[in-house]
Amino acid sequence: MKKLLIGNQAVAMGLYHGGLGLASSYPGTPSTEITEFLAMNDDIHTEWAPNEKVAMEVAFGASLAGMRSTCAMKHVGLNVAADPLFTLSYTGVNGGMVVCVADDPAMHSSQNEQDSRHYAIAAKVPMLEPADSAEAYAFARSAFELSEKYDTPVLLRMCTRIAHSQSIVELGEREAADVKPYEKNPGKYIMMPGNAKKRHPVVEDRTAALAEAANDCIYNTVEMAADGKIGIITSGCSYLYVKEVMGDKASILKIGMPNPLPEKLIRDFAAKVEKLYVIEELDPVIENFVRSLGIEVTGKELFSPIGEFSQQTIAAAFGLEAPASISADSAVPGRPPMMCAGCPHRGMFYTLAKNKITVLGDIGCYTLGAVPPLNALDSTLCMGASISGLHGFNKARGEEAEGKTVAVIGDSTFMHSGMTGLVNVAYNATNSTVIILDNSITGMTGHQQNPTTGYNIKGDPAAKVDLEALCRALGIARVRVVDPYDLKACETAIKEELAAREPSVIISRRPCVLLKSVKTKPALVIDPDKCKSCKRCMSLGCPAISMHGGKARIDATLCVGCGVCKQLCAFDAISE
Amino acid sequence: MKTTSIMIVGVGGQGSLLASKLLGQLLVDEGYDVKVSEVHGMSQRGGSVVTYVRYGDKVYSPIVTEGEADYIISFEKLEAARYAAFLKTDGQMVVNTQEIDPMPVIIGAATYPTDVLDELKQKGLNIDDFDALTPAVEAGSSKAVNIVLMGRFAKYVDIPYERWIAAIEKAVKPKFVEMNKRAFELGYRS
Ligand SMILES: Cc1ncc(C[n+]2csc(CCOP(=O)(O)OP(=O)(O)O)c2C)c(N)n1
Ligand code: SF4
Ligand code: SF4
Repeated sequence: MKKLLIGNQAVAMGLYHGGLGLASSYPGTPSTEITEFLAMNDDIHTEWAPNEKVAMEVAFGASLAGMRSTCAMKHVGLNVAADPLFTLSYTGVNGGMVVCVADDPAMHSSQNEQDSRHYAIAAKVPMLEPADSAEAYAFARSAFELSEKYDTPVLLRMCTRIAHSQSIVELGEREAADVKPYEKNPGKYIMMPGNAKKRHPVVEDRTAALAEAANDCIYNTVEMAADGKIGIITSGCSYLYVKEVMGDKASILKIGMPNPLPEKLIRDFAAKVEKLYVIEELDPVIENFVRSLGIEVTGKELFSPIGEFSQQTIAAAFGLEAPASISADSAVPGRPPMMCAGCPHRGMFYTLAKNKITVLGDIGCYTLGAVPPLNALDSTLCMGASISGLHGFNKARGEEAEGKTVAVIGDSTFMHSGMTGLVNVAYNATNSTVIILDNSITGMTGHQQNPTTGYNIKGDPAAKVDLEALCRALGIARVRVVDPYDLKACETAIKEELAAREPSVIISRRPCVLLKSVKTKPALVIDPDKCKSCKRCMSLGCPAISMHGGKARIDATLCVGCGVCKQLCAFDAISE
Repeated sequence: MKTTSIMIVGVGGQGSLLASKLLGQLLVDEGYDVKVSEVHGMSQRGGSVVTYVRYGDKVYSPIVTEGEADYIISFEKLEAARYAAFLKTDGQMVVNTQEIDPMPVIIGAATYPTDVLDELKQKGLNIDDFDALTPAVEAGSSKAVNIVLMGRFAKYVDIPYERWIAAIEKAVKPKFVEMNKRAFELGYRS
């Protein structure tokens, strides 16, 4: 059956057809859809774990028990799961295990553009990298066999362009997902020094065997041009751009398994061409390997380690002329993403900005509190860093900072890695004020359930974390809840908790307006005769409010009647 | 056959996903090799969104670069201007004249270039601009702007009307099929 699928759906189908039994993941663009598509199958177990480390360990447990398992994450998620990964390389697997990791060159929705291939090398596990949906399906499907044959977890590397591009896939049937027997094997699965010392040589031997096999790996392919002048080693979406521009005018070695790299294949290929190039996005991983073989090659001199490539990148590097184009001379204002009209985060950020509070931020929709006109954030590092960072900031600057600095963190991010930071605040004692922006969903990545929402990945009722009780249990005595639509309540809470000489948590609670369960109200209207053009309502940065003919106006198609702007108008111009 | 490149551009939440789904389905049914590429993520929060659709005998790159697009279908005027440089100088744009202010305009840090399409026409770009909202409302919903635009666009490509209708029947939920067929026809006949 031929179907047009996005890369991530193709991965899901490949894993499923390859005999998958369990998937545990934490969402993260551009990897999220892999698990969402898997969750549509009722004959396997799928779940959203609280973070990537938990997800990978769950997948390990299933593999240990004899089941084929997977976990999917974005590139930075692999940092969180790096600890189990490095030792999983030593234990190996029972049931096959595939770790899907999606890189985001050009940072369409990420905080850095790290290259996951370094993890494959450092953890000494094989990595596969598809270039379109058909390959994503085939590679994912066969990754389980590779995993079981070589007794290792297998990394499947995606990138934004492959993950979110649709191309045609020919689908097969699901393989039987038999659970293998489980046998106790302390030497293999208990990684204490005595055992690990014996496993490390096994890992080295495995890598050598895989490196040898890589020379015959069907996913490393050679296409020779009629003349032997230009030779290009490439992989993933770079291969597509190369083919688009060079057609069959250059010889190409396409690497489908970027770790370990095929030495003999590369040597043979290099010997057959006059000039050798490596074209790869992000870091010079293949290039450095080729150089280490003593082979002369051109790579990052021409192809930047920054951002994404396109056919234009390749054409320009080979001196081909860019096609003509016409553009406007008028300035075209940017259209940055922003918090939705009626977003529950807005009232809290408005209050923080108004009181000139220093805000250590975190990652989620609320990171958009950083953009004008609110400009309410001071830092965003990685998930969870708001609370731990605030503690360090307050230790460094003392009481003066404690009275005017807060951390803001979403509910999903708090579950992911905020709790440990909060324990530290209580245990190592700063009078820190932490605001949990509880919108009852994982918003930024497209609305996934999490342990605070009361529902699981299938939308079925599930155990629900009691945030107030949890914060108290972690050692915070002062815990209060406010409604962020109530600006006065927000201001009072922030002032009182900042003044308190003990740590505190404010839970800013209201569900995301995009949730189906949320009933929005009719749009508000602004009476142009009463509006004095003071623009105070505009300082909220609500996309539904704009100025027309010198007066503020509310776009009725966008407004959800949250009433926050109404609390700001001193002239009573805004009404229901 | 050489690869044909189409871009669908607009503002997050305007329904360009359905348009690309429809187009992808249609082109697969016509027997082409097809790639459709969109970036999910931050763009959902009211940001600028772009989808690339490419088809031909064999399509490699999933993306379209400057001066390469045979067609650009724009859901909004400012977005048409933003991506104008991607159009081939003899390419064709189909533009809904709706204006949606971006945040820099809302907060007064920038102005909306209202006459920008005239400027681009004067420079020689082929731009077919029209109000797609009115026919969408006439068909039954302001949300049908996407299908009205597809109807207008269909006039420029060599695929029979019935094939489009068949693709709509496949791509759209059953209860919205009739409304979308009306919207498509209004765009096609406009
Ligand atoms: C380690 C890591 N994993 C995943 C992500 C992707 N990601 C960004 S924000 C976010 C969750 C946001 O949810 P929440 O904290 O509830 O805030 P909301 O978006 O709902 O406001 C996720 C999963 C990431 N940036 N880093
Ligand atoms: S999706 Fe929800 S949480 Fe995110 S900006 Fe919109 S309203 Fe706010
Ligand atoms: S009530 Fe005011 S602040 Fe709330 S969504 Fe409507 S315009 Fe925006």
